This record gives sequence, structure tokens and C-alpha cells, in this order.
Amino acid sequence: MNQVALVTEPIDVAALLARVSSPTVGAVASFLGTVRNMNDNRAVTGIEYSAYEEMAEREMRSIVAEAARKFDSVAPAIAIEHRLGELSLGDVSVAIAVSHARRAPALDACRYVIEELKKRVPIWKREHYTDGTRAWVDNRNTVAVSEVTR
Amino acid sequence: MRVGLRLFASYADALGTRSLDVTLADGATVRDALAYVRALPGADGLPPAPLVAVNAEYAPLDRTLAAGDEVALIPPVAGG
Repeated sequence: MNQVALVTEPIDVAALLARVSSPTVGAVASFLGTVRNMNDNRAVTGIEYSAYEEMAEREMRSIVAEAARKFDSVAPAIAIEHRLGELSLGDVSVAIAVSHARRAPALDACRYVIEELKKRVPIWKREHYTDGTRAWVDNRNTVAVSEVTR
Repeated sequence: MRVGLRLFASYADALGTRSLDVTLADGATVRDALAYVRALPGADGLPPAPLVAVNAEYAPLDRTLAAGDEVALIPPVAGG
């Protein structure tokens, strides 16, 4: 029961964990990405996420399938939710839950999923700063790739 | 043949549009579609070698396009 989703409402982390939990697993690993108040020495007030939705879902499904193969996950095993739209400081932008019979593959698979997601899944973010400006930023570095004044 | 082009995030801002229908020669490749985009106003804001997806999958420059394909330029990703 692997599943991925792009959502616009706040992510229900407990529900996500419950989805991968079952009596057959001995470990549930999770990762949450949250909106931080500083990036590249600039004070951030919020982030706007957008995606190429069909492709993002497809890439997330590929990553989940790869992780399941690589770390021999038992089903129900891996769930990902990524939020889109306007997020405030502290909001959860991405949540990953992985269950497995044992803790090591659960943790390793969780790490694999977030690292691959950050490299490949077509999701973008525009940070909003305290001085009223906004900028697209990417995961290769934290340098703004474009900037506009609101 | 007609193909659909999609632009996102900083690339959509640079070109001032999120999607357009374009006509390319039969047998055109991803490289040809990129050349088309590069001739548009605002395209000087694009990097030298943007990633491209065809029908929602990453595709190489020499991939041959078919009528009705959806060609997307993928800016550096920022999920997580």
C-alpha cells in the first residue's frame, strides 16, 4: 500500500504514519520538511510551493518503487505527501513515512526517499522575505535564481 | 505537427506564459523544441541547458517528438 499525494491542506502526519503501520512491522521511520525562518542569510516569512503535478506524482511513485526494491520493504510500506500552495513558518511541506520489519531499512528507505525527492521531483518554491521581495530558490544551492518585488 | 509546451516557476515568469501550442517539423526532437523556446521573448532568462520532460518523464535532447506530445521545461527543482 505505497502511496504518494500532492495536497493543498495541512498534512495530517498521524494519519500518514497510521497508513503505513501494521502488526507486521517493527519500525516506522518518518521525515518532515518544515518551513524555516532563514535561508541564505535572509529572513523568510513564508514559501509558495508549486508543481508539475502529473510528473511530480509519477516521479514520487518511481522513487517509492525504487526504495521498496532497494530496501526490501514489506507492504504496507511507504507514503509521501507534499504540500502545495502558500505555507507559513513552521508548516510541514513534506512528510514521508516508511514501515519495515526492522529499523535500519526503514530509516535508510526514508532517507533515500527524501534525498531523491529533492533531486528529481518537479516541485518549485518561491520564498517570501521580510523586506517584501520574493525569489525562486532551488535545491542545488540556496542562491536565488530570480527575484521580483511584490 | 503540433506539440504542447509547458513552462513552470521561474521559466514561466521569464517567458510570461505557462503553456503554448507550437508547430514543429515532423521528426522534430527535444532539441528542436528547445530552439523554438529560445527564440521567444524572455528566453534569455533560461539557462544554457534546461532539463526537459516529454509526457511527464525526463527526456534527452535527441528524443524524437510525436504529434500531441507534451514538452515541459523543468527548472531546477526545490521540493522537500
